[in-house]
Formats: sequence, C-alpha cells, structure tokens
Amino acid sequence: MSAAAEEPNTRAPWALTAPALMLFVGVLLIPLAMTVMLSFHDWGQYKGIEPVFILKNWHEIATDPYYAEMFWRTFRIAILTTLLTALLGAPEAYILNRMDGRWKSFFLLIILGPLLISVVARTLGWALLFGGNNGLVNKLLMSLGVIRSPIPFMFTETGMVVALAHVMMPFMVLSVWAALQRLNPQIENAAMSLGAGPVTIIRRIIMPQIMPGVLSGAIIVFSLSASAFATPAIIGGRRLKVAATLAYDEFLNTLNWPLGAAVATLLLVALVLIVVGSNALIERRYAEVFR
Amino acid sequence: MSRNGPLALIFHTIFVIVMVAPILVVCLVAFTPEGFLSLPTNGFSLRWFRAIANYPEFIHAFWVSLGLGALSSLVALLFAVPAALAIARYRFRGRDALAALFLSPLMIPHVVLGIAFLRFFTSAGLGGSFAALIIAHVIIVFPFALRLTLAAATGMDLSVEMAAVSLGANGWTLFRRVTLPLILPGVISGWALAFIQSFDDLTMTVFLAAPGTETLPVRMFLYIQDNIDPLVTSVSACVIAITMTALILLDRFYGLDRVLAGKGDTGR
Repeated sequence: MSAAAEEPNTRAPWALTAPALMLFVGVLLIPLAMTVMLSFHDWGQYKGIEPVFILKNWHEIATDPYYAEMFWRTFRIAILTTLLTALLGAPEAYILNRMDGRWKSFFLLIILGPLLISVVARTLGWALLFGGNNGLVNKLLMSLGVIRSPIPFMFTETGMVVALAHVMMPFMVLSVWAALQRLNPQIENAAMSLGAGPVTIIRRIIMPQIMPGVLSGAIIVFSLSASAFATPAIIGGRRLKVAATLAYDEFLNTLNWPLGAAVATLLLVALVLIVVGSNALIERRYAEVFR
Repeated sequence: MSRNGPLALIFHTIFVIVMVAPILVVCLVAFTPEGFLSLPTNGFSLRWFRAIANYPEFIHAFWVSLGLGALSSLVALLFAVPAALAIARYRFRGRDALAALFLSPLMIPHVVLGIAFLRFFTSAGLGGSFAALIIAHVIIVFPFALRLTLAAATGMDLSVEMAAVSLGANGWTLFRRVTLPLILPGVISGWALAFIQSFDDLTMTVFLAAPGTETLPVRMFLYIQDNIDPLVTSVSACVIAITMTALILLDRFYGLDRVLAGKGDTGR
C-alpha cells in the first residue's frame, strides 16, 4: 500500500472514491441542477408547475420591492449577527486562552457544547427568555437600570439577532481560538519587556495576528445566519420573513415551487459569491499568516 | 503565563451565563408543576415528562430520528472511509476538486438542499419516504464522517501496514486487521458527530418529512409553530440530555476541540 503511495498509481484512488463520487453526482449535483431549472418554470394556481423556460419568477424577484426588502432584511440580520459574535466572541476566545488548563477545557466545553445542541431547543430557550413584554430578559435589564421600558424581542429583528448570535457564537470562538493557537506567546512577552502596556499589546500584537481567525469566523457566521431557518421562523413569527422562511412558505404553503426555487437559487448564488470573494480577499491580505 | 484581570473575568462570567441561560431555562421550565409556562418556584414536578407518553407523535418522531441518525451515519461512513483513504494517501489529479465536492454540503445552505431534495425525490416518486430521508441525510453528514476519518488516516503510521504486507497480509485482510483498527477512533468519532448532525437537522428535513416520517426536531418545530407550552420544553430537555451525554463521551474519547475543529493531531 505505502509503495503505491509513492509511485503514481492512477487507478486505486479513483476506485476508492468512485462510490462516493457517484453518490454525490447522483443525489447532490443533479438535484441542485434540477432546482436551478425549476426556477425557470411557470406556475399557476390551478395548472400547477409547467416545465417551460420563462424568466417570470426572476422578473418578479427583480421588480417586486417585497423581495428586495426581504433579502435586505436577511443580509442585515446576518451582518449584525456577525458583528455581535465578533465583538463578543473574539475577546472571549482570548480570555479563554489565558486560563489554566483545567478551567480552559471546562469552559471550552461549555461554550462549544451548544453547537451540537438542537437549534430548536436553543431557540425555544430564547423564546422563553424573551416571552412578551415581561419576559425574563426585560425584567433583568429593567431592574439593572439598563433600560426604562421593555424592548420588544419576540417577532422583531432585535430578537432574531440576539438569538442567532447565541446560536452562531461557538463558530466564532472556535475560529479565533484556532488563530490564537498559532500565536507565539513569547512575542507578547517580548513586547512587554520592551515597555508595551496591555492595551498596546492587544492592539499592536494580538489583534493583527488573530484578525484572520476573526474574519474566517465572520464568513462562517455570516453565511450560516443568512440562510438560517429555525431561529428566524420561531423568533420572527409568520410575518417577519427572511430568505429561508420565505422559500419554506413558497414550497409548503403557497406551493409555488418555481418561485421558491428562484429565491433559494438566488440565496445560494449570493452566498457563494460573498464567501468565495471574501475568502480570496482575506487570503491575499493575510498571505503571510497562512504561509 | 499571564492571567486575566478582574474586568476580563467579569466579561467572561457574563458571557458564560448568557451562553448557558437559554439552555438552562428550557430544562428548568420542563420541571414546572404548573399547567402553563413558568419557572418552577414551588417545587419540581415530572408531570410534563410523563405527559410526553400521551403524545405518541413525539415518541414516534424520536424513533424516526434515532434510526435515521444511526443508519445515515453508517451509510455515510461506508462511502467516506474508502474516499478518505484515497485522499489521505494518493496524490492524484482531481484530488483537491474531489475533496472540495465531498465537503461542499457544509457550504450549501440546508434550505437549498431541502428544496433540491424535495424536488428530486418527488419526481423520483420517493417524496416523504424514509428512504429519501436516509439518502438526504447521508449527503449532509458525509463531510463530518469524511473529515474525522481523513484526520485519522492522515496521521496513521504506514510502516505498520508495510510490516503486515511483508508478513503476507493483503487486500481485505490488510484493511480489516490492520488499517481499520488503526483508524477506528476517527471512524467512531466521525460516526458520532455525523449522528448528532443528523439527529439535530431541522432546516433540510422539514422539507422532506411527511406525517409518519417526521423527525423529532421537525415535530418539535411544527408543535412550537402552533403554541409553546411546557410539554415542548420537557421534550427539549430530553433532547438536550441525550446530546450532552453524546458530547461528554465524545470529549472523553476524542477531545471536543478536535472533533469540532476537524483538525488532525493538533493539541493534546
């Protein structure tokens, strides 16, 4: 086996990957292509889906301001969620990294663990905490004197951003954490011995080095938030639609599959462009860090 | 080693409380003795856990989720292990493209996958079937199965295999007696992580499930859409307990940071 690894053997790797490749072509690429095609089909209340090639759905999305507003809301929520996770998650990862071994792994488990706990259960928790105008969060904020009157969280974008940021936080902490592991602690000591204060060290030494971690975490958080379904559906309710919940409605309530497929295709294309584009930018900007 | 200042520790405490609060509140409300949503202020009660028994939909959905997670993770591994061995050991043309394709379900929004599979399986006459759910879940858990197997296969000492070959082992025997036992920790962790991903998926499954093939997250989601009462919190508490158990086992045997970061032998 290992001898084969050195000499160019063209058959073995293909034989080993062939089953998985066929699976992916058969039940991933073909369904995706069918969805893109579906977005060009016609649909009517009584005639159902008609397999013709028209731009009706795309024209509707491009001209009806409802869709522009919905997509803008989707990306606005995703951007705010990303900012919130970066502002809170990056310092937390730094603090975690400075802890003693046992505490470090304990809190890492506490913070990363929720990643694997059902999103429905976590969002339900926020729905309970928000719960109307006298929810626990509002009571706490008012008794602390942070706010005077209750903030509406349920069925608002504020609530969606808070709950989404909680759901996505582990990704950001994990990503910054990974960047911190590559950092040489001696550099911090060197800066200190040269007279740098804690603020200078964080601003001039730590920040530039963990920035790639923050940015790659931001890409993950952004793309997952923009396509999130459970949290916007439960916190946002039936009126405040984002791309994923709108597509769900078109498919399972209105039954206008072609329009739903067009919304989904647009979401996929927009996300792929944003993710690939920003990845390329980050790699160019921080080429020396990745080398 | 530098320590955290008091400000940093206050920030850390608030951060941890906020991270834990929603999960904790679900578990607490589940023990309420009242007939409505409230924190258990006067005594704990198991009435809402007993109430689950009166809702066969939740019990059925739980078994669907369990079977679906176990089976789809197993099938994913059957495809992922050979693929991981090929990617770990050979440098061949198209290797990077193949790896990217196999990891692509991580990049594609699950809502898009749900729509694509709904369209595909409906036209194939499999709409709403358990078979369709299995195939769809195999695709979404495949990257997790592949990544952990790949990490194990990359870190493996090839000289052990060479020794086995020199002693006359070949083909299937070599795989079964030497290679598989060596990569087994990665394979099992891959299975566990894949299981959790399948067990938790809502966004894609909600498009595919029909009455009878509803998974637990789908059943919970549809229930919450209508009304939120203590019953759904006790179901959630059970789900949280199951996931926590799996999580602690994973952390013990493999290390949670390694599982989640999908890295090879970093740390520890």
